[in-house]
Amino acid sequence: MATTVIQRKKVETATPVRRVVMGLVFLALSMLILVLFALKSDPALKTTFVMNPGGIDRGLAPDWVLPGFSTMIVLTVITFLAAVYQIFVGFKKATNVVLGIVVALFIFAFLAWAAEGRSLNLGGMLSGAVLLSVPITLGAFSGVLCERSGVVNIAIEGMMLMGSMVGALVGSVTNSLLIGLIAAILASVLMAALHAVLSIKYKINQIVSGTVINIFATGLTTYISQKILQVNQSLNNPPIFPRLPIPILADIPVIGPILFNQNMFVYAMFILLAVLQISIFKTRWGLRLRAVGEHPKAADTLGINVIRTRYMAVLLGGAVAGFGGAFFTLGSVGRFDKMMTAGKGFIGLAAMIFGNWTPIGSFGAGLLFGFADSIATKLAILGSYIPPQFMSMAPYITTMVVLAGIVGRGQMPAADGEPYVKE
Amino acid sequence: MAPVLELKGITKRFPGVLANDQVSLTLNKGEILVLLGENGAGKTTLMNILYGLYQPTEGEIWVNGKEIEVHSPTDAINVGIGMVHQHFMLIPVFSVTENVMLGDETTKMGGFLDEQTAATKIKTISEQYGLEVDPSSYVRDLPVGVQQRVEIIKLLYREADILIFDEPTAVLTPQEANELFIIMHELVKQGKSIIFITHKLREVMDVADRIMVIRRGKIVGETTPQEADQEKLAAMMVGRAVELDVHKNEAKPGKTVIQISNLFVLDQLKQIAVDDVSFEIKAGEILGIAGVQGNGQTELVEAITGLRSILTGKIELLGEDIANAKPRHITELGVAHVPEDRQKDGLVLSFPIYENLVLCTYYKPPFAKGINLNYPEIIRSAQHQIEDFDIRTPSAQTNVGSLSGGNQQKVIIARELSRPIQFLVASQPTRGLDVGSIEYIHTRIIQKRDEACAIMLVSPELDEIMQLSDRIAVMYRGKILTILDANEVTKEEIGLWMAGITPDNSSASKESIKLATTDGVQN
Amino acid sequence: MKNETDKTKPAVSIEEISTNILASATKKKSFWSALVIPGLALLTGLILGALFIIVTSGEVYSAFQISFGSGLATSWEIVSKSYLALFQGAIGNPAAMVQALISGDQLEIRRAFNPFLESLVVSTPYIFAGLAVALGFRAGLFNIGVEGQLFIGAAASTFVGYSIKGLPAIIHMPLALLAGALGGAFWGFIPGWLKAKTGGHEVINTIMMNWIAFRFTEWLLTGPMTRPDSGRMPVSPIIEKSAEIPQFFKQPIRFHLGFFIALGAAGLVYWLLFKTTWGFNLRTVGANPRAAKYAGMNIAKNTILAMSLSGALAGLAGANQILAINRSMAIGLSAGYGYDSIALALIGNSHPVGVVLAAILFGTLRNGATRMMVTTRIPIDIISILQALILMFVAAPAIIRSIYRLKPPKAEDEKAAFVGSWGGK
Repeated sequence: MATTVIQRKKVETATPVRRVVMGLVFLALSMLILVLFALKSDPALKTTFVMNPGGIDRGLAPDWVLPGFSTMIVLTVITFLAAVYQIFVGFKKATNVVLGIVVALFIFAFLAWAAEGRSLNLGGMLSGAVLLSVPITLGAFSGVLCERSGVVNIAIEGMMLMGSMVGALVGSVTNSLLIGLIAAILASVLMAALHAVLSIKYKINQIVSGTVINIFATGLTTYISQKILQVNQSLNNPPIFPRLPIPILADIPVIGPILFNQNMFVYAMFILLAVLQISIFKTRWGLRLRAVGEHPKAADTLGINVIRTRYMAVLLGGAVAGFGGAFFTLGSVGRFDKMMTAGKGFIGLAAMIFGNWTPIGSFGAGLLFGFADSIATKLAILGSYIPPQFMSMAPYITTMVVLAGIVGRGQMPAADGEPYVKE
Repeated sequence: MAPVLELKGITKRFPGVLANDQVSLTLNKGEILVLLGENGAGKTTLMNILYGLYQPTEGEIWVNGKEIEVHSPTDAINVGIGMVHQHFMLIPVFSVTENVMLGDETTKMGGFLDEQTAATKIKTISEQYGLEVDPSSYVRDLPVGVQQRVEIIKLLYREADILIFDEPTAVLTPQEANELFIIMHELVKQGKSIIFITHKLREVMDVADRIMVIRRGKIVGETTPQEADQEKLAAMMVGRAVELDVHKNEAKPGKTVIQISNLFVLDQLKQIAVDDVSFEIKAGEILGIAGVQGNGQTELVEAITGLRSILTGKIELLGEDIANAKPRHITELGVAHVPEDRQKDGLVLSFPIYENLVLCTYYKPPFAKGINLNYPEIIRSAQHQIEDFDIRTPSAQTNVGSLSGGNQQKVIIARELSRPIQFLVASQPTRGLDVGSIEYIHTRIIQKRDEACAIMLVSPELDEIMQLSDRIAVMYRGKILTILDANEVTKEEIGLWMAGITPDNSSASKESIKLATTDGVQN
Repeated sequence: MKNETDKTKPAVSIEEISTNILASATKKKSFWSALVIPGLALLTGLILGALFIIVTSGEVYSAFQISFGSGLATSWEIVSKSYLALFQGAIGNPAAMVQALISGDQLEIRRAFNPFLESLVVSTPYIFAGLAVALGFRAGLFNIGVEGQLFIGAAASTFVGYSIKGLPAIIHMPLALLAGALGGAFWGFIPGWLKAKTGGHEVINTIMMNWIAFRFTEWLLTGPMTRPDSGRMPVSPIIEKSAEIPQFFKQPIRFHLGFFIALGAAGLVYWLLFKTTWGFNLRTVGANPRAAKYAGMNIAKNTILAMSLSGALAGLAGANQILAINRSMAIGLSAGYGYDSIALALIGNSHPVGVVLAAILFGTLRNGATRMMVTTRIPIDIISILQALILMFVAAPAIIRSIYRLKPPKAEDEKAAFVGSWGGK
């Protein structure tokens, strides 16, 4: 009921708790850098960061050698200053950005400490992070499309799994990357269509509908994998999208190898980011999409076809998820293994929430989570005493922290998850 | 000249309900036609048919002398029909411009929004009709009156000529309502035609050019404000001469039951909703809290019943301070609460009647032994109460959700009044009910008063307040402006108080108002 | 609406109430009519599954190349062979049973009757997990985290099972079970607490907790809980004999006490939900939190309690598998119990009796499919496909009704399952 909107005096009871809590978080990270890394490091040793990912011959950069101890002292001081400023003044709107920077510095300090006296391929790690973030980000985009229209999508995982299996199968049969990719997208769209029909037409609970898709896709892909792909290896041997250096840009040191010497999926992710961000917030289609997700009845009374808009959004979301699924088989491994997506769809869901239901935010979260993955794989090699499993937990824990409102609560579309019942 | 709009023999059947029965009406250019009827008489259904949200079972719609088919709001918009809905169709997180242009967007370069042009057009409209609003502000930040202006601009933006207003004043203060009436007159002056739906008689007399009365889905009469008076309209609306006075004896106030002093309460947005409120209620009297919805009544009730914590102040029940006490503790002290929104707060619709009847007492003997529920006893007691309170239901096992509104409310009344209570808080106890149920519930409340219970009645319906109360407190922007003796005050005076105007100082309405009101103020 | 109250009727018996609740309808509805939709959903699922088996069988295509009739015949042969194997794997071969009884050979008899009992063994974790989801639904909570709670519960009971030595079985086994319940309860408590205190949605949080649980147990099994002689394999040590849930028969029958513990848990959940003030609290909070607040109930406390209890049941599912079947913990512990349990809780209408029946159905299918995989090389994952289809049909009964041209129910019966929406509205 919109009845209590009569203007009232605002009482300033809100103490700056959040500001101080955040400041204390900064302070804690700063102290951790000091205690965990700086004080334990040997001032005589240096850390070497290799800036060139392996197997790349363009845009080479020299190695980056840092004195470990002094680097960490500097990082401690910077983060400490940030903490003090936050506690007493506050970064206000930039708080979350600063949080991101402080966390990044913390991770950097950790890497500098862990690789002390040795060399660490930072370029490879970042390049790997970008690659690992592709399925996460694409999954998140799929979620953004569906949920902006008011349809909850926990079936990203299932859709991606379908896409990756069908992509591998069709890609192998036709020996064509393009046909394989299209088939992957279509298969995922088919799953999305089922989700759409169940949740829009039959109005069943959208989480239940998503569960149907996830169970179904898991069953189907594993079945096909066991019955067909493992029996006949030639059906599970698709081509892979090759590395595609972009002229000139790929020759830029450091950035070139990381961003511009990747395969098509990475570039597609950037293009999709731009297209989605603009079309959701700057076009007629996007305005209507958001209206349907916020207040479908209002949209309906203005002549917008709520049902059609939602179908479109879910199907498009399915297509994006299928594209992301194809990355596993056609963009990275070149083979389908059962349960290949290994929860990336769910991390995509997390990235979407962390990214506040926007493409740009999802992309940022996707990169962050990809980076966490990338570090987790490197941790084992570095032989650090932090188990890699804990690093892999980071995306999930981050999401729970975000949901708890500690980093500021996101704005979920108001009608997300509610079927539209036309009277 | 053909009327701008003609409905011929509109019939709408829902499964088991005849919502509209052969309704015919005409609307002429430049007039305000009032469609008057009780809640549930079929007004909104009719207008939703006109706006394409429902399809009629039978009947024709003619606009400007041509028969049209309205299958969707788009069709309605295309022939120039626009509607301001009872619940605003606005998206809080969108700007005014985005809300207005939605569905009829101005774009550039094929698909990109052109908010500049739209905002300019909105400014032109708001100047032309006196609808002041800032296109770039977000709807969630606007007061209700301004939100309604945005709704009207939405229609004018689409160049609608036939404007339907569905109960537009329900959420407005009397002042805002008057502003709305001025805007409506301005609109018809500039050639628009208006259908105005309401059940408030006073408004009808103020704005109508013509009045059509609808009852049980049928048009039962047509008149003009010149020919009719309020009593006559009321009779037409409910189908019999309504006894506007509830029979009750003189109150015999006893000891003070509840004493509230200097109470401050915040709403969800941490704004002051209840602002330094003090009053007391004695055993055996009814204190009516009058006021337009949203002036802090909800928060006041929630604070007293323990559902909302208070900022400062005292709430004393028979000497015990119950401010910030747990709701269950307050209930156990003998406080009953008929909540404002019965379906959301008062009942569990998916539970059977017998479980709803023990919602506040299930954990105590005889309904529970230890942690075990005693269902045979619960059901036996339910059957007694169903009989006592005349709840019309197939059985005690029926889910409350499938009862009619009146019977749902009786379930709440039965639950709350059959406990031994000292103090009853009744918040809009008859909202949206039929006349029969209203009379029944009023009788029950008076009966409780005569049993020496203290009663606080909150209602935005002035009639209800006037009929039941012994004393009347008027709440405005969180404050109790005054407390008046119900026998010594007129409806008009309270209406002014409700608008935040002190009758004594208001020169405009001096002639029509008796000045002897201030001695009714207590404290 | 009839305007009469039936005054002559005596107070209604408890049995009638429970039937009412089971049917979740306002009028008395027979037990069987509640089974129509699930039954038809199963039938339709099996038919679609048969089509799927045909479409994915190479033999069928080669047979159709010979002639249409031979194609049909081959299709029929494959399907009938598969489903016969499924049936015999799930229930047993009646001929073999009779023969075994005649022969009187103990081992033969055990073998012949094993399929049916093995189905109950497979059903047991489903009962626990399904109860976990159902309890959540009744309290208005969507616990997608059963999978994770199951892992943590399993890890906790494994730890108690192998690390404590020298206890008598009468103490050790219950203690290990309790550890499983507590582990799961803890994993459920966290999202419950977050929901109650911060409003963080339990669906997302439980999904996240699942993945945290997987990584965490992975770490446990490679680190603190690894078996010394495992050669870096992620497996735990084997639990003590005293911690094992006893089996009733000799090899190969694995039927064990856990099944009856699960039935006991179902009874307990039924009693708790429908016979006690606690259950009344949970159900009211689930059905209408605002009314619960109005009635003086503590929503936060009940939310946390419900999630913890739900987690405890899920933890028992994991503990049961470890203590009765696996005897040690490995990474591939769960066969997707967590997600399947959502399906069966919905199929069982979130009622303990319904959940037990649905769990036995799922267990039977899955057990039968193991046999089917051996004899017809059809992957066991066909069961996941069947489960997804059954869930879909049960969740959207309108599909089933339009296929079988059933009459639509009265509006008031057509209630959505006990699931809150995303926004918690």
